Amino acid sequence: MSAVDQILEGKDICICAGSGGVGKTTTSAAIATGMAARGLRVCVLTIDPAKRLADSLGLPELGNEAKRVDPGLFEAHGIEMKGELWAMMLDAKATFDELVARQAPDEESRDRVLDNRIYQQISNALAGSQEYMAMEKLFELHTEGRFDLLVLDTPPTRNALDFLDAPRRLTQFIEGRSLRVFMRPTGLAARVAGRGATVALGVLKRIVGFDLLADLAEFFNAFSGMVDGFQARAKRVNKLLADSHTCFLVVCGPQGEPIDEAVYFHRKLVEAKLPFGGVIVNKVHYPAERLRGDGADLEAALAEKLGDEDLVRRVADNFADYQALAERDARNIEHLAAELRAKGVIRVPYLDEDVHDLGGLAEINRYLFASSEERIEIAAGRA
Amino acid sequence: MTARFSCRSSKLLGITPIPDFLDKRLVFVTGKGGVGKTTVAVALGLRAAEAGKRTIVCEVSSQENASRIFDHTEVGFHEVEMAENLWSISIDPDESMREYVLLQLKVRAMRDLLFRSRIFSYLAAATPGLKELVTIGKIWELAQLDRKVKQGRKYDLVIVDAPATGHGIGFLQTPRTFAAIARVGPIHSQAQQLDRLITDHKHTGTAIVALPEEMPVNETAALEHELRSEVGVAVDRVYLNGLYPERFTKEEAAQLAEVAGGENGVLRAAARAAASEHGRARSQRAQLARLRRRVEAPVKTLPFLFEPELGVEAAQQLARRLH
Repeated sequence: MSAVDQILEGKDICICAGSGGVGKTTTSAAIATGMAARGLRVCVLTIDPAKRLADSLGLPELGNEAKRVDPGLFEAHGIEMKGELWAMMLDAKATFDELVARQAPDEESRDRVLDNRIYQQISNALAGSQEYMAMEKLFELHTEGRFDLLVLDTPPTRNALDFLDAPRRLTQFIEGRSLRVFMRPTGLAARVAGRGATVALGVLKRIVGFDLLADLAEFFNAFSGMVDGFQARAKRVNKLLADSHTCFLVVCGPQGEPIDEAVYFHRKLVEAKLPFGGVIVNKVHYPAERLRGDGADLEAALAEKLGDEDLVRRVADNFADYQALAERDARNIEHLAAELRAKGVIRVPYLDEDVHDLGGLAEINRYLFASSEERIEIAAGRA
Repeated sequence: MTARFSCRSSKLLGITPIPDFLDKRLVFVTGKGGVGKTTVAVALGLRAAEAGKRTIVCEVSSQENASRIFDHTEVGFHEVEMAENLWSISIDPDESMREYVLLQLKVRAMRDLLFRSRIFSYLAAATPGLKELVTIGKIWELAQLDRKVKQGRKYDLVIVDAPATGHGIGFLQTPRTFAAIARVGPIHSQAQQLDRLITDHKHTGTAIVALPEEMPVNETAALEHELRSEVGVAVDRVYLNGLYPERFTKEEAAQLAEVAGGENGVLRAAARAAASEHGRARSQRAQLARLRRRVEAPVKTLPFLFEPELGVEAAQQLARRLH
């Protein structure tokens, strides 16, 4: 089993993916910090508006421009920083606006989209737009070539597929092919819609209202000159995601549900022929030494040391609870490892201290950047 | 006399009064991902059902987490009874859309015509937010005393396991966004009606689920602020989930620290486990205090359950602890 720096050797993009609440933002920040400390010029991108990344890097705030993290901060936390760490928070709306400006054939077409009421309402909320804009920004930064490595903290999605599917869904949406039926309910479009399309359209207008249909038509018309540009761009973005210099890391927790999701995500990545690097399992309860020690022996030994009977029982109960969680985690990770065959599973223990600053990131990196043997050793030596 | 009797009988059953906001008709349970929203939503449902309220728990992300808790096969777009007085449904946007059309068009021939042509699914694909809108529309329909659906069961309470933060605010804002997209017409007025329901503090409320850690506490405070000021919903409760018990005193922890350095392997491991429980319980209490300072809604705690997987027993345990 390899460490993160081995997995990322020769890669210039690292995409951290996984469901919400598994420590994806923290892991992305830790990986970026670790790789920068090893001498690379790294930029970590997040789309999460909750300021999590800014908080963990000790930055007051992050904007749509990359910002360098003060090298002095690392020293204070005992991290030797050989490279540079940059961070940015993606503004999906601003990125979408930039993209429209780039794709528009002229100013008039650009303003027609940017000023469109429906565009203003949805450009931030449209399904897949956040995910796609994250990839778009990644593509742009990669093309600029300012950084050795880009680490992307993907937005929390309900489903792993939402992320991978985003370019297709967004371009299909902008294409607005489905809506052409409403505009010209005759000829080919009508045949696509099925028999009686004209009558059906009449019925639909009654339910939905004519104005909404007309406004939607105007919205899609505003995009009409950009469809090819969007499609070509999405193709290039998809190509970059599948490139051998890109690496997907799946982040998850040790409970049954997150593990199942990681297994599912891995399958989908393999199916989509995307470069999979490994799985990072956060907050793992490591098995204690001599896990199956006899309960009675333990209580006797504790009684000898502590005297207090009530305290002995509480220590023993607490230990049994902890062991049960450790056994569960071990079972779940075994299942995950079997699914991934030889590929990497990196376990990060449930640390006593809640991780939310550079010091915490350094602590996580002791595990992320260690070989599996070293990892077990560090975990065993932990308080 | 009656009041005294009911008070006594609830004591006999070992039940304290239910959380006041469960007297509303519609409650959204929200929070960031992985905080235990589904478990809390189900626990709230069990609690209300036990108090005699006919309750339905709705899922909106087609993940069927609630039926997983009940070890039930997937419920799908049906109202399935999970326990006495407790039902569950997974709201599918396509099914909701279909049902909506059925309710709008009374003439059978017209419906058949619309469903036969693919025009409606084209509209759904082309109209941003329409799926979320019809999902909220279905929630509204479930909350009606006079159900639109034929032979619809009447519920006293509808609990929604809402999408995670980020998606969560967007979800609750859908009706307003949509009312702006469709300036006039039937969809516009229906979207406005849904927005009025969501922001009706008397009948609709929200409960936020949080975890006792630094960043989740920050996010909960930000979420509460946005829910109140941007969406305009009532935030009735913040549940701090997964709180460790305080098993050891400071003095005991110090005593255990000595044992942790000893030679005996199992003994050392047990002492270390105790030390880390002590440390975590303490830092969690500090986070609880921060949370209380930073949110307006009453904060209640829910214990961490040392169970490998959270099933219906866990939800029942939490249900008893809800206040």
